[in-house]
Amino acid sequence: MSTAAKRPGLLARVVRRPSGAAAIGWLVLLTAATAGASFTAPRGPLEQDLGHVLAGPSGGHLLGTDNLGRDLLSRLLFGGRSTLLAVAESLLVYLVIGTVLGLASGYLGGWVDWLVTRTADLMFALPGIIIVLVVLSVFPGNLHAAMITFGVLGSPGLIRILRSQTLGIREELYVAAAKVAGLTRSQILRRHVLPRMTSMVIVQAALFSAIVVTIQAGLGFLGLGAQPPDPSWGGLVADASQNIDRDPWMLVPAGIPLVITVIALGLLGDAIRDAAIEGWSVSKMAAPPGRTVPAPRSAEDAVAPVEGSIEPDARALLSVRNLSVEIGGIPVVQGVSFDVMAGETLGVVGESGCGKSVTALGVLGLVPGGGRVAGGQVVFDGVDLAGSPAELARVRGSGIAYVSQEPMVALDPTFPVGRQLAEAVRRHSRADRRTTRAAAHRRVIELLTMVNIPDPEAVAGRYPHQLSGGMAQRVAIALALAGDPKLLIADEPTTALDVTVQAEILTLLRGLQAETGMAVLIVTHDWGVVADLCHRSVVMYAGQVVEQADVESMFTLPLHPYTAGLLAANPHLAGGGEPLPTIPGTVPAPRDWPQGCRFAARCSRVTDACAAAPVALTRPVPDRLTRCVHSQQLLVEGTPR
Amino acid sequence: MAIFRLVIRRLLSSTPLLFMVSALTFVLVSLVPGDPARTIVGQHATEEQYRTVRGQLGLDEPLPVQYWHWLVRVFHGDLASSLFSGEPVTSVLNNRLPVSISLIVAGTVVSGILGVALGLLSARRGGFLVRIVDGLSLIGLAVPAFWLALVLIAVLAVQLRWFPVTGYVPFADDPAQWARSLVLPVMSLSVGAVAIIAKQTRDSVLDTSTRDFIRVMQANGFSPRSILYRHVLRNAALPVVTVLGVVLVSLLSAAVFVETVFAMPGLGSLTQQATIQHDIPLIQGAVLYITVLVVLVNLLVDLAYGRLDPRVRAA
Amino acid sequence: MTPQTILDIQDLTVEFRQGRRTAPFRAVDSVSLTIAAGETVGLVGESGSGKSTIGRAVLGLNPVRSGRIHFEGADITSARPGVRRELSARLQVVFQDPYSSLNPARTIGRTLAEPLLVHRKIGAAETAERVTEMLARVGMPADTANRYPGQFSGGQRQRIAIARALMLSPRLVICDEPVSALDLSIQAQVMNLLADLQSELSLSYLFIAHDLPVVRHLSHRIVVLYRGQVMESGPADDVYADPVHPYTQALLAAVPEPDPRVQRARRADKEAAGATVLSTQPPAATGCAFAHRCPHAIDICHSLRPELLPVPGGEASGGGRTAACHRAADLHPLTVPAHSGITGEEVPCSGNE
Repeated sequence: MSTAAKRPGLLARVVRRPSGAAAIGWLVLLTAATAGASFTAPRGPLEQDLGHVLAGPSGGHLLGTDNLGRDLLSRLLFGGRSTLLAVAESLLVYLVIGTVLGLASGYLGGWVDWLVTRTADLMFALPGIIIVLVVLSVFPGNLHAAMITFGVLGSPGLIRILRSQTLGIREELYVAAAKVAGLTRSQILRRHVLPRMTSMVIVQAALFSAIVVTIQAGLGFLGLGAQPPDPSWGGLVADASQNIDRDPWMLVPAGIPLVITVIALGLLGDAIRDAAIEGWSVSKMAAPPGRTVPAPRSAEDAVAPVEGSIEPDARALLSVRNLSVEIGGIPVVQGVSFDVMAGETLGVVGESGCGKSVTALGVLGLVPGGGRVAGGQVVFDGVDLAGSPAELARVRGSGIAYVSQEPMVALDPTFPVGRQLAEAVRRHSRADRRTTRAAAHRRVIELLTMVNIPDPEAVAGRYPHQLSGGMAQRVAIALALAGDPKLLIADEPTTALDVTVQAEILTLLRGLQAETGMAVLIVTHDWGVVADLCHRSVVMYAGQVVEQADVESMFTLPLHPYTAGLLAANPHLAGGGEPLPTIPGTVPAPRDWPQGCRFAARCSRVTDACAAAPVALTRPVPDRLTRCVHSQQLLVEGTPR
Repeated sequence: MAIFRLVIRRLLSSTPLLFMVSALTFVLVSLVPGDPARTIVGQHATEEQYRTVRGQLGLDEPLPVQYWHWLVRVFHGDLASSLFSGEPVTSVLNNRLPVSISLIVAGTVVSGILGVALGLLSARRGGFLVRIVDGLSLIGLAVPAFWLALVLIAVLAVQLRWFPVTGYVPFADDPAQWARSLVLPVMSLSVGAVAIIAKQTRDSVLDTSTRDFIRVMQANGFSPRSILYRHVLRNAALPVVTVLGVVLVSLLSAAVFVETVFAMPGLGSLTQQATIQHDIPLIQGAVLYITVLVVLVNLLVDLAYGRLDPRVRAA
Repeated sequence: MTPQTILDIQDLTVEFRQGRRTAPFRAVDSVSLTIAAGETVGLVGESGSGKSTIGRAVLGLNPVRSGRIHFEGADITSARPGVRRELSARLQVVFQDPYSSLNPARTIGRTLAEPLLVHRKIGAAETAERVTEMLARVGMPADTANRYPGQFSGGQRQRIAIARALMLSPRLVICDEPVSALDLSIQAQVMNLLADLQSELSLSYLFIAHDLPVVRHLSHRIVVLYRGQVMESGPADDVYADPVHPYTQALLAAVPEPDPRVQRARRADKEAAGATVLSTQPPAATGCAFAHRCPHAIDICHSLRPELLPVPGGEASGGGRTAACHRAADLHPLTVPAHSGITGEEVPCSGNE
């Protein structure tokens, strides 16, 4: 494996980026040229050429001359020395104070943390340049004092960043594991905390240097830096300002190198940050070398539809045909078809990465992660929604409503829940556009009562963070009910909840369905939820439907080895002490989907026929679909569970 | 009433900042080489004369006591007199304050409006606006305000003569000229701020747009206008307000340069002159004024934050 | 205490400070439990039950307010860092989140070698050999050592985390929700791995999880926690088949049976029994922690905290059963379990075969 080979170092990775290489090139060149100004500069910094005063660029003076005929390039190079020195002084102070206090504060916590953060917060609030001016008024002309002060004043920025990083890392489980492994504090700091910090510190150092360069030039410009006739970058700008009406050109050589240097430091910071992450975050998705990724095929090729299923079912409330979804140009759902009848509950089952949630959101035209519906039909109530923003906008909320997985983040944290519900109510009350405030409020209370919330008046006034998870999920369901939907899409609505709360929510969903007659499409990985709520279910694997049946048939006689394996792996059904029947391997990532059966690599029944070509959905018995070449055999044998 | 309590609490919690800054400047000033009493009495005075002057100046007391006396005077509105002009420091500063406030308020308003608008647009439209904001933020951060000010003068004032080269016209004298005299200073002051605010606005709008509750609202048919302007913007505003506070404080710093370039009689240019002239009482006063401004800015940010985020309000 | 007791926790209480003015939050409230050599004790409870806190207290990652923890006979309640370091060879952990438990910036090999650093001064070759051996044992290929965690799936990372815990051949492994973040098919793989390793290496597990079927499958004994207190404990199959405490009953009743017919029958029973108690009130500090949600609560339940006592007649079902319920005796005549009639336990719990 080439991944096992030694990785290029941080510097190499930075230089490999064009912006990183350019930035480093400029900074190295500048440092060398200014540090060795006695050799590189064409003339002395004070050497006057009174024949060429305020001249533009020429062969003799590459960047022109100032009002005393001094060569601007030479003055720039010699003036850069004080800039370098200033950066070095400030940076040293900044780094020492920043890293020591930042790490101490984050890692030690307690009173050290309290004292350091309070002081840092106070200092952070100060306008730095003003304090530097005070120092300069006390120590006139002492730029060293000024730059050291500036380093001190800048350090709270680094302290804050390192502190929060260290705090974050301290809470990571791998640090807990290292503690359990018996590593000492300093070992943990050295092995786990510091390596994560170095690139961060370098980035901050680059950005801080950029500020120091500007400030040092600013002080020179204000006449507080190097005293004339000694050159400095800021002094050059001041000279230029004196002659602004006679020779505006001088502004260019005086300012542009400064601007380029600051930009270079900024770009360098960005490049280091990106390169540092690149070092270890090699994506799992990256295909190993030597292996070509199969070109995404169109949905039509991949699926040989069962006869009769190609046309949307006119009797169904929702009829999805050949739905395909792409994220970032990669197909993640291919040729998915299913129907939801009015009042029915359909379960979409599978493991993560199989495309269940993407399918559910694809129905609503809301594919996450910048994805899009790439093809197929989504016929709701006789109208195709796929690719029709106007129809989707009409149907969302009033025809099809949606409940998401994490109730605590499903509501806007900045509004009381009652106001969010009222907004939904007003939006969906088509009958009279101007639903009054009082009528909307009545409806909100009615909705909250429907979802069995005790004391709905009080709950309506609360913010989401004041609710428990179960309560928040009830409110989220009330929000979905505001438009009297005919279909509720519930994406793992109980996964984030405790089991007793889950039971309450499942009971609630059942009750609401009986009350309102709405259909439910529920995405879940939990067979218990399927057994409890669903009439029929669809099993998805690697972006495809692999089986579809009414739940009783599916539980008693699964007709796809994946369904069978998934049912058997449930510890609920296994006897204690026996090993659980497992499915080896993992769900393949979308880029690794094979041509043939996508489950073949994990299947115990695999034969040559499985991998040869895409497997079509077939109907071995009425009202059941499966995507397995062995379905007849499975039917005869009766899959052991 | 809750707001009132919050204001009081915030003001109380910012007193350490005022103490720290004043104590720091006081200690720094005490480090000034040379003895003011010796300077006043001159080379040939007797030891007794010298001691008398020292006693009058309070220099024979320990430093904390001197600081205490200074604090008491400050509370009585006495910041001593400028060494250079002999005028009371408070009156000098009070004369200068409106200039700086005009500049900074105008700078904040301009950079706030432009920054948020640009950030929002680039988040919504994407494409070339994204690159403009990125480029602008790189340049806005890299170009120092004093150099930009000079370039603007060279082009817009010297060459094109659209605006006065330098100077400041008080609002009371002529509002139109006041506005005209502020254009170039505000431009040089705001470019960096616009860049920072635009970038933060874009990032936080994009970030908020991908959050779960926004998707839930879209899926349940909330109007796109309401989702963007009520829900996304309000949640995205929190980090923007934080950045706005930091930007405001940095404008106070940048004002030193801009006021100097445009020869505006504000607190910033005053501090610069006082530094060059070693006018210690004036510097102390200016630092105190500027620190109070910082405290007020932070108070405003805190209030805005509490208004936007119910979780902060509860805390 | 029998000689082969590995872990003995007595009256453990853990509190967390929450601000200066409010009283500290009691996450674990006088919990006692023991683990014998080669035994798996399952710790079940919902969020806020304190189950993970107990594990972290044993590992020295949480401060202990009161109570005693003995490991292999030695008191480790507030062991000094040096003692902990020595202890780490015999006491290890597998965490829930396989993404946070491996340092993303270090190769798997370096992560696995970490525990060896502290204990044995061994050479690089020997370390590499041990890493490869451990990886093979958890079913990972040898080239895993040179890769970064970002290149592995959740299930693979959890195998790696298990390998790290086993590097020093520990006696007891605290498994803090080790399979909760995993998909069903992967979860089964990891559970089998844990079971295999236990029998091969004669490990003891403290198995912490919220999923009762998972806990039952791996555990010999189960301890049910609610709000930091032990509600019930006993042999896994007994507790599962015939829960004594109303909370355990509610917990079991809440897990939907993955069989449509069985689940339908259970639901019909439940509906006949009437709605569950939906309470927004916090429990009284003095009484039973579950009283506010308990359908059987009587006055004493709200005023007096029940002690954890042997279940009357528990010997009939193998012994070792305890419950903290004032009404254990009159609600639960163990001799006639089918008539408990509260949540429908007459339905066989282990499938329809």
